[in-house]
Amino acid sequence: MTTVERADTASSAVGTPVLAVRDLSVSFTTEGGTVSAVDRVSLELAPGEIVGMVGESGCGKSVTAMSIAGLLPDSARISGSVRLEGTELVGTREPVLRRVRGKEIAYIFQEPMTSLNPVLTVGRQIGEVLRVHERMSRRAARARAVELLSLVGIPSAGKRVDNYPHQLSGGMRQRVMIAMAVACGPKVLVADEPTTALDVTVQAGILQVLRDLRDRLGTAILIITHDLGVIADIADRVVVMYAGRVVERAPVTDLFAHPHHRYTAGLLSASPTPGVHAGTQRLQEIPGLVPVLSTQPDACTFADRCPAADATCRESAPPLAAVGAAVTHHLAACWHPCPAPRTESPEATP
Amino acid sequence: MTPQPNALELEDLVMHFGPVRAVDGVSLTIPRGRVTALVGESGSGKSTVGRCVVRLEKPTAGAVRIAGTDVTHLSRRQLRRHRSDVSIVFQDPAGSLDPRMLVGEIVAEPLRLSGRRMSRRDREARIATELGKVGLRAEVARRYPHELSGGQRQRVSIARALISGPKLLIADEPTSALDVSVQASVLNLLADLQRDIGFACLFITHDLSAVEYLADDIAVMYLGQLVEKGSREQIFTRPAHPYTQALLAAAPVADPIRQRQRQPVLLGDDLPSALDPPSGCRFRTRCPLAFDRCAAEVPAQVAVGGGMAACHLVQPDGTRPDVRAAGTSEVLS
Ligand SMILES: Nc1ncnc2c1ncn2[C@@H]1O[C@H](COP(=O)(O)OP(=O)(O)OP(=O)(O)O)[C@@H](O)[C@H]1O
Ligand SMILES: Nc1ncnc2c1ncn2[C@@H]1O[C@H](COP(=O)(O)OP(=O)(O)OP(=O)(O)O)[C@@H](O)[C@H]1O
Ligand code: SF4
Ligand SMILES: [Mg+2]
Ligand SMILES: [Mg+2]
Repeated sequence: MTTVERADTASSAVGTPVLAVRDLSVSFTTEGGTVSAVDRVSLELAPGEIVGMVGESGCGKSVTAMSIAGLLPDSARISGSVRLEGTELVGTREPVLRRVRGKEIAYIFQEPMTSLNPVLTVGRQIGEVLRVHERMSRRAARARAVELLSLVGIPSAGKRVDNYPHQLSGGMRQRVMIAMAVACGPKVLVADEPTTALDVTVQAGILQVLRDLRDRLGTAILIITHDLGVIADIADRVVVMYAGRVVERAPVTDLFAHPHHRYTAGLLSASPTPGVHAGTQRLQEIPGLVPVLSTQPDACTFADRCPAADATCRESAPPLAAVGAAVTHHLAACWHPCPAPRTESPEATP
Repeated sequence: MTPQPNALELEDLVMHFGPVRAVDGVSLTIPRGRVTALVGESGSGKSTVGRCVVRLEKPTAGAVRIAGTDVTHLSRRQLRRHRSDVSIVFQDPAGSLDPRMLVGEIVAEPLRLSGRRMSRRDREARIATELGKVGLRAEVARRYPHELSGGQRQRVSIARALISGPKLLIADEPTSALDVSVQASVLNLLADLQRDIGFACLFITHDLSAVEYLADDIAVMYLGQLVEKGSREQIFTRPAHPYTQALLAAAPVADPIRQRQRQPVLLGDDLPSALDPPSGCRFRTRCPLAFDRCAAEVPAQVAVGGGMAACHLVQPDGTRPDVRAAGTSEVLS
């Protein structure tokens, strides 16, 4: 087989995806009117693949993640498709979704305090998952809970199992969340900022736990983070979101070496590099504010902040299309993608 | 003339929750208008220190002095009356914003509590300005906290903390929920405001790279105690304590090729617990350089380069250990 298969613009995952999100859109009804949070997002996860998702705060990463297994509140309107091994999940009834969640698709959230039940000990909460999905006895579930807590590096797990969430530090709560998520060996793990509250020496351990899980069980992982160092460390591929849309999608080395979207380029140069900013230099910002998505359906959402924007950019939304060499499966949604390596940040181009 | 009092002084601060020794003898001084970063592992007691300062917790022992006044024995309400110029940004924005209040009301709450009268128009304009400073649009004022993203909520709590023009700001992980470009703008914003208003700041974080730009001094905490203190320059260029060195070495770099080639400095996974801290040096269960003495003796605080470090391998003459020289095989064990 010598032919190089060209990826069509919508799919660039290697192998058959375990999870396929296609044209997912989400909007909310609020007092201030309708807020569009996610706009035609497509992404795929192959078994055992770790996909990193980055993007500005509020760009729709968490909403995308939550809509995968129907976790959004009733005020959300969802369209598009989410398939788990071919089975459509959008529009599926809640009892079915509840079985999928926890067993097939597990979540780790950004703010563990709000997703842990404050009145139950962590042991009971992990045990609950095992009792429901694995039909374990109360005793077996407790023993397994202790095992899982030490697996994620919680010291004195045998004692901590009887703690309530408020008795744990932020980082330990995050570990409890991970223990709960991996309890049933899920096919897909959605990790929304799993290491945000942890120091780097502990983060390194948690990323190792996630990698192990992928290696041992072939779990596909969607990891959302704003730490490009984490992405650089663990992700196979990266999805960059901006204002509700996917603006770039590429294998990790390729994305860092040649960002084609100027938002990605700006993000890469805003990342603090130890030793560079000591006292004097300002951190690089991307000027301007994230637009309200609903105000510009027919434009590139980055146009207001983009140094390369022209009339076309303000009149029509660029599709996510192949850029660079086809074999790299590098996609960007930009009418004027940057051709050169990453030194061409928005600030560097006049 | 007497010198101006320090913005914050902690003297041997101790906070135990039953058997949990969350903070175990922390002494720290922040001069007026200076920024001290408190860095350290999850669970090391950083937030507890911050909560003691604003009297959300009553310290078990030790003293807290704000601008020269001993506030250790004031209630939270008394503290608020005496010191309306102390603000805190909480680590978990979801838990600290009242879900029934609109964002605009939340941001303006400190003004209301201080009893300042303002016309509705002035107040709305003020809210819009404060939201703008943290990079949020004015429309956000009419939303509820649950209708915002995590990072947007964090910015709301920063706006709330800054609206009253504090002299001392306790910022508990104010940027850890933010993406890098917003993080950059919040750090720049804090630096600008800090320069303009001149508030002193205790900046709590686990991310050393986030404070390099902002902090004048850095204090590194491990399991309830400070293991190293020093100027930013000192900590970044000549870290003395093995834990500080590991923190600097473990921060991932945003470059997949370099990052994957780096020798990981993975510390032992034997995380000690504040329920039962190790004897001697509390870092010894994870320290790749630990030797007999570390289990037997509590290391003294040794003065190095204008700061201090608490490790048996640090000498007053400037001799320092090197974690990376320990080799990974041993470190990984
Ligand atoms: N329940 C809701 N009702 C109304 N709007 C919402 C709701 N949840 C989220 N939003 C809005 O949807 C957009 C996307 O939010 P989301 O939480 O996905 O952001 P994010 O990319 O995860 O950001 P962060 O990095 O800060 O966590 C935001 O503008 C947010 O204000
Ligand atoms: N109300 C409480 N009751 C019992 N233990 C507590 C309480 N609050 C905190 N602790 C414990 O005190 C220790 C220090 O917690 P703290 O939240 O101060 O750590 P931290 O350094 O801020 O960690 P993180 O980076 O995870 O936020 C932890 O062991 C925690 O479990
Ligand atoms: S005193 Fe011993 S265990 Fe503690 S940091 Fe120094 S070498 Fe490591
Ligand atoms: Mg989020
Ligand atoms: Mg904390």
